[in-house]
Amino acid sequence: MNSNQPIGLLAEFLSPAAVLKAAETLRDAGYRQFEVYSPFPIHGMDDAMGIKDSVLGWIVVTCGAIGLSSALLLQWWVSVVAYPIVTSGKPLFSFQAFVPICFELMVLLSGFGAVFGMFALNKLPQLYHPLFRKKSFLKVTSHGFFVSVDSDDPRYSQVETADLLRSIGSVGIETIED
Amino acid sequence: MSVIVEDPSVRTPLVLGGHTFESVSDAVCAPVEQKAPKWWIASFAVAVSLLSLMLAMLGKLVWTGVGVWGLNNPVMWGWDLVGFVFWVGIGHAGTLISAILFLFRQKWRTSINRFAEAMTIFAVMCAGIYIAFHVGRVWVAYYLFPIPNSMAMWVNFRSPLMWDVFAVSTYFTISLLFWYVGLIPDLATLRDRAVTKTRKIWYGIFAMGWRGANRHWQHYERAYLILAALSTPLVLSVHSIVSFDFAVSQLPGWHTTIFPPYFVAGAIFSGFAMVVTLMVIARKLFKLESFMTMHHLETMNKIILATGTMVGYAYGMEFFIAWYSGNPYEGFAFVNRAFGPYAWAYWTMISCNVIFPQLFWFKKIRRSIPAMFVISIIVNIGMWFERFVITATSLHRDFLPSSWFYYSPTWVEVCQFIGSFGLFLTFFLLFLKYLPAIAISEVKGVMPEADPHHHHGGVH
Repeated sequence: MNSNQPIGLLAEFLSPAAVLKAAETLRDAGYRQFEVYSPFPIHGMDDAMGIKDSVLGWIVVTCGAIGLSSALLLQWWVSVVAYPIVTSGKPLFSFQAFVPICFELMVLLSGFGAVFGMFALNKLPQLYHPLFRKKSFLKVTSHGFFVSVDSDDPRYSQVETADLLRSIGSVGIETIED
Repeated sequence: MSVIVEDPSVRTPLVLGGHTFESVSDAVCAPVEQKAPKWWIASFAVAVSLLSLMLAMLGKLVWTGVGVWGLNNPVMWGWDLVGFVFWVGIGHAGTLISAILFLFRQKWRTSINRFAEAMTIFAVMCAGIYIAFHVGRVWVAYYLFPIPNSMAMWVNFRSPLMWDVFAVSTYFTISLLFWYVGLIPDLATLRDRAVTKTRKIWYGIFAMGWRGANRHWQHYERAYLILAALSTPLVLSVHSIVSFDFAVSQLPGWHTTIFPPYFVAGAIFSGFAMVVTLMVIARKLFKLESFMTMHHLETMNKIILATGTMVGYAYGMEFFIAWYSGNPYEGFAFVNRAFGPYAWAYWTMISCNVIFPQLFWFKKIRRSIPAMFVISIIVNIGMWFERFVITATSLHRDFLPSSWFYYSPTWVEVCQFIGSFGLFLTFFLLFLKYLPAIAISEVKGVMPEADPHHHHGGVH
């Protein structure tokens, strides 16, 4: 690992408003490979960064459908095929009585979809990241607001990008090394 | 502003004491980062002793058999089921605060949801112990799950007891996931503030490398919203299904359609009372009064008043229907409940659940710490009695007068119940010491400074 290879810039801002404005400026200047970091989600940031809506809902719907259908299948197979015993004079396939477990398994699998789908979309756990080596970045989970611009971005330039970030109110700019 | 009349057009601030983002982290992380105070060590010792008491009682139960409990022929459910319903009901307030109030955009929930969700998880653990051990032969508790086995035997999916297994285990799993997802950004805060290697490693592992990136927040917020939307019907279904354990049977006093909503209201009622009891103590000991404000406590007391009134209505409606149905067995069950051998328990329940919470109509009482502390404990005593009354009075005089019997618990049941508080408190104290008791990132999000369109010092 070459520790001198710059992979981007990290710029610090002082308030949610400043970092929101920075994201809008970068978006309007044509940048795409940049990221905003904050201790809490900032209202309106997705639009300011120009990123698409989360697809998590579709993952959850799929998982929920699997949960619901497998619950129904399980209860049908157990009650009708594997162990057909008449209780309380009810039909073997008494779907009304199967509703609660269908519901519970649907919720359970949807919940797994929401949590593990979120981890997958965010590529977590990721215990190492170049930003974790930055001393100033430690306050991002407390009161720090940051913007990073990736050197992969076609608009990226070590000098001009830094100037742009400084002109929109960044109070400290660092180079991120791999 | 006058204490008695608030201007409804002005929102009560949710965080007091002029906090900045940084000082919020400092204040919430302080109990985690400082050395354990003396009271914590003392209470932890008590909690662990009680926990050992519970384990000893469970040991005795497993070693000897369910005969160590006072159950008899008509009364085959006693303190075991009462304890189960009591604990699972307490858990419901946590989910209500974290999920339902989230969907209703009740921002005041942010400083109490972590705390209440922790309570949910530990209460459901206590309930789970009861469920597992009340089956008698706990080593075959896996019979409760549809697992292929050498006997080629399968579970009965038409039984409400089976629904309960799925409901409670789903509830526990989803609550735990919801809680953990909420914790991730705050674990990252603790990781970044860590001064010792141990903390850095452990909080680092559980924070999963969270770094507050907006693309992460986007999926995170969506996951949180979906979990809230899933937990809302889940929590209603869980206590409805718990009530089906009773209502689906054909026993007078149990076989009523009012049970699901009545159980859910009662669960929220007892759970909020438990949150108030714990919060009054914790906010004082950890100096978190500027986050868990009087406004929060008062709002919760209003919910206790509302749900307590619903429970009172249900008690009345049960009696009305028992008379109106014209069914002599139903009528007898209710007259026996109020005036039979368990009348003492019934009237304890009525006074604790219906009469005392009505004091919360008075603003002075709603905002008085000692008063709400006492009333919240009374409510939980009352809700314990409610489950006892429903379970024992409906069973002890069944259809055949020759088999009528009186049930009282043995010392093993009593000690096991007392010990279950040990389990609850042990985990709760560990939570208070090692995890942030307030959702740091969420509280920051509801501070006026968090709004990017907020003007510092500007006039609104």
